[in-house]
Amino acid sequence: MLKIENLHARVEEKEILKGINLEVKPGEVHAIMGPNGSGKSTLASVIAGREDFEVTEGTVSLNGEDLADLDPEERAHAGVFLSFQYPVEIPGVTVTNFIKAAINESRKARGLEEMPANEMLSKIREKSGLLEIDRKFLSRSLNEGFSGGEKKRNEIFQMAMLEPKLAILDETDSGLDIDALRIVANGVNKLRSKDNAIVVITHYQRLLDYIVPDFVHVLYNGKIVKSGTKELAFELEEKGYDWIKAENQD
Amino acid sequence: MDLNEKLLASFIAFEEKVDVNDEVHEIRTAALKRFEQQGFPTKKLEAWKYTSLQALVNKDFSIFPSSKCALEYQNVRQYFLHETETFKIVFVDGQYSSFLSETTHDGVDVCLFSAAIEKPKYKHVVDQYFNKIADQKDALTNLNTAFANEGAYIFIPKSKAPVKPIEIIHFATGATPQILLQPRSLIVVEENAEVQIIERHQSLNGAVAFTNSVTELYAQKHARVDYYKFQNDTSEASLIDNTFIEQHDSSEVSVHTFSLGGSLIRNNLNFYQKGEHINSILKGVTLGSERQHIDHYTLVHHAEPNCESHQDYKSIYDDRSVGVFNGKIIVDKIAQKTNAFQQNNNLLISDTATVNTKPQLEIFADDVRCSHGCTIGQLDEEALFYLQSRGIPKKEAAALLMYAFANNVLESVKNAALARRVKQMIAEKLGVKIGFDL
Repeated sequence: MLKIENLHARVEEKEILKGINLEVKPGEVHAIMGPNGSGKSTLASVIAGREDFEVTEGTVSLNGEDLADLDPEERAHAGVFLSFQYPVEIPGVTVTNFIKAAINESRKARGLEEMPANEMLSKIREKSGLLEIDRKFLSRSLNEGFSGGEKKRNEIFQMAMLEPKLAILDETDSGLDIDALRIVANGVNKLRSKDNAIVVITHYQRLLDYIVPDFVHVLYNGKIVKSGTKELAFELEEKGYDWIKAENQD
Repeated sequence: MDLNEKLLASFIAFEEKVDVNDEVHEIRTAALKRFEQQGFPTKKLEAWKYTSLQALVNKDFSIFPSSKCALEYQNVRQYFLHETETFKIVFVDGQYSSFLSETTHDGVDVCLFSAAIEKPKYKHVVDQYFNKIADQKDALTNLNTAFANEGAYIFIPKSKAPVKPIEIIHFATGATPQILLQPRSLIVVEENAEVQIIERHQSLNGAVAFTNSVTELYAQKHARVDYYKFQNDTSEASLIDNTFIEQHDSSEVSVHTFSLGGSLIRNNLNFYQKGEHINSILKGVTLGSERQHIDHYTLVHHAEPNCESHQDYKSIYDDRSVGVFNGKIIVDKIAQKTNAFQQNNNLLISDTATVNTKPQLEIFADDVRCSHGCTIGQLDEEALFYLQSRGIPKKEAAALLMYAFANNVLESVKNAALARRVKQMIAEKLGVKIGFDL
């Protein structure tokens, strides 16, 4: 599904990713952990195609297709979804209208007609139910005045609507209380299938109690310095990141 | 001969066509004298600092149409809001087209200015209202007054409302090359009466047109007026729209100006409040592109206590377009408890677009609430990326953000068909089709 080989990326003159290798297969959940500033969010942004970052070396491919020359929207059409750490507030566009635009633009890109209104409506109803989102919420302006929990739930709702092949959840647990965390995690778990893959980026282990990963990677100083199974996450939770830092002094 | 000289010379020819023995003509003659002294405004005048008429004044415009051009409805239907559900006052190259119009005298008068100044039964209205609020210090208004002869005449008597909205459309066909059009309209809405007006200037077949329009609108006690100006003309057409509105006790007048197309647009929108508990609403959406020049010059004069005004102008400028917003609010000493709100937000899409925005508040009362705010910004890159990452292409994402930016104004359009039309025009201008109704 996702294959990252020797990926180097920088912002302005600062190199942030220094040779990342990662392979994610369909049906798998990978967690990427690491201390602040290790490059986790940069990795997520580079996969989604944010222009601020320049890839200087290496490749990112999805199902064999090199993503290098694709714009963010083309990556979305290819099946990439990024749940933002800080979802953007867009006053004047309702959640419903936004999701309609997103779905219909993706359909247009695939040469399909717009989704019929009744089909759209029942899909919205089904997926918002999954995230325990009530109807009033859908007619509010996108993320405007949303609580941290509402923003993240809305991100996963979009994921549910767009049905991506590869979902990257960037710090989806930050700013969530335990109830919201449970709702979001349940939502994500219901979307797991043998055909899609999920990359969970997180600082803490607690989200992984709910979204259980098949593999855990530790990112430090722009490189994956350790990989293992979910037990690695427990070890990090217990010992903190200092031992990782100590093992990887420049 | 420049345009100024040509106009003065043409007045004699104009006098052969109109009744020179009535009071209206005295008003014309006096206005011509004032224009003669003033001449076209130049950038030396504070009010015209950012807008030059030089290129227009140097052109050889025809003052009168040289030949008649008949239009088929089917060829121009796209410019009308509705085939049957509106009254229509239509002008082709400055001349009334009875064929395209649908006027009425059933309880209300929706007809022609030329008829109103000729027929005795309208004399008292013309005497009472014509050229009473048009600014005599303004050269272009005086020029229009000097040649005032044709335009819309709307009279809504006490407690009446026309059964449907009124469309006023001015076409330029190109049958007369480089035509100067000077429509003059008079709208009187009596006590507790109501009207909705949609106005448009449209150049066809690449016709070069310069329109200098004047409208006087009177809203008596408790009158309600909803006025929409569609400015979506071709790049060969320029428009100076001078609108003067006088309001009395508890009346509400709202003017929406959608400035999308045209070469040079200058809107002089003036509200004079002559009573208490008046509400004046001025809203605008502007989309400038290429080398368009769009100038909004608003005035709200609060002359009595307990009144409100709300101004909200959202403008987006791309390419090498230039925008101007000058919003003047005067609050007289007597006008206590005034609530005057003014907002002007601008987005610059390109590095070469310019906007000049200037609030001008002259407040002489001490117990008032006046707020004004202007912003100039760019499209939010983070928001663009967010939309793109959801599969919305950059162009559509930018359009969506622009819609969102203008949404406050779009939401205040009361007529649903009109709101749809405006959104459609904006989408066309932005060259996008967005997969939902906003």
